[in-house]
Amino acid sequence: MASIDRLLQFVVSEVFLFYVFALAAVASALGVILQRNPIHSAFSLIVTLCSLSAIYGLLGSPFIAVLQIIVYAGAIMVLFLFVLMLLNVRREEPSGGRAAGAAAIVLALVLAAQLCTALAGAGTAPAAGFDASTPSFARVLFGARFVYVFEATSILIVAALVGAVLVAKKEL
Amino acid sequence: MTIPLQHALYLSALLFCIGVVGVFLRRNVITVFMCIELMLNAVNLAFVSFSRALGSLDGQVLVFFVMTVAAAEAAVGLAIVIALQRHKDSLDLDAFNIMKW
Repeated sequence: MASIDRLLQFVVSEVFLFYVFALAAVASALGVILQRNPIHSAFSLIVTLCSLSAIYGLLGSPFIAVLQIIVYAGAIMVLFLFVLMLLNVRREEPSGGRAAGAAAIVLALVLAAQLCTALAGAGTAPAAGFDASTPSFARVLFGARFVYVFEATSILIVAALVGAVLVAKKEL
Repeated sequence: MTIPLQHALYLSALLFCIGVVGVFLRRNVITVFMCIELMLNAVNLAFVSFSRALGSLDGQVLVFFVMTVAAAEAAVGLAIVIALQRHKDSLDLDAFNIMKW
């Protein structure tokens, strides 16, 4: 009875949920790069983004988790799907270079090994009493250090909007 | 028992490498674009886990800015994709070689 209790406790623990969502994120990320149809890739990417949002929640940052759903899975991916359907994208033909593919995988493995050795030294325990609630997040974001950066992003967004309209328009 | 920082960082590195492989392997512009978004998300995960480990909200503020820049980048990039499709009638990266010499 006690072991079943412990199993149940583990299944609902945040560590177990982290591994579940990590597995979902990696599997759907592989789906993004392995599927031939770009629309299927886009849907796989939405699954990855939602799993990452759950992981952000488990890591104790609820505001970023909600933002991930609204901005990434909501706005950006809808834009991607909109363009995919607008352009009537065909299935991609298998790429020619088998040697290029092998080289890409070898390079990525080297990069993965380097990243893992670099990250192996980063072993800090989570800081105690970490308050990542939305009000404290807002106090940092609108505090003296970041408020001008925040204002600068509004200029960036306006510039990007004007640029996007300008580039995509047929004739001015 | 809490989530080990190390494992979150390994997940981030793995997702980043998957994104790199996608950029190398795929030839469709929009799929390459999606792989870039995947890499941005991997970096965001590293920011969030370091933010928790160090007990500082600066990492999360940086994630906020990365998301803003990603939204701007997606808008401009997809506009460029539409313009490319109009000029070349193709989304294959190998077809866009006008800047090569």
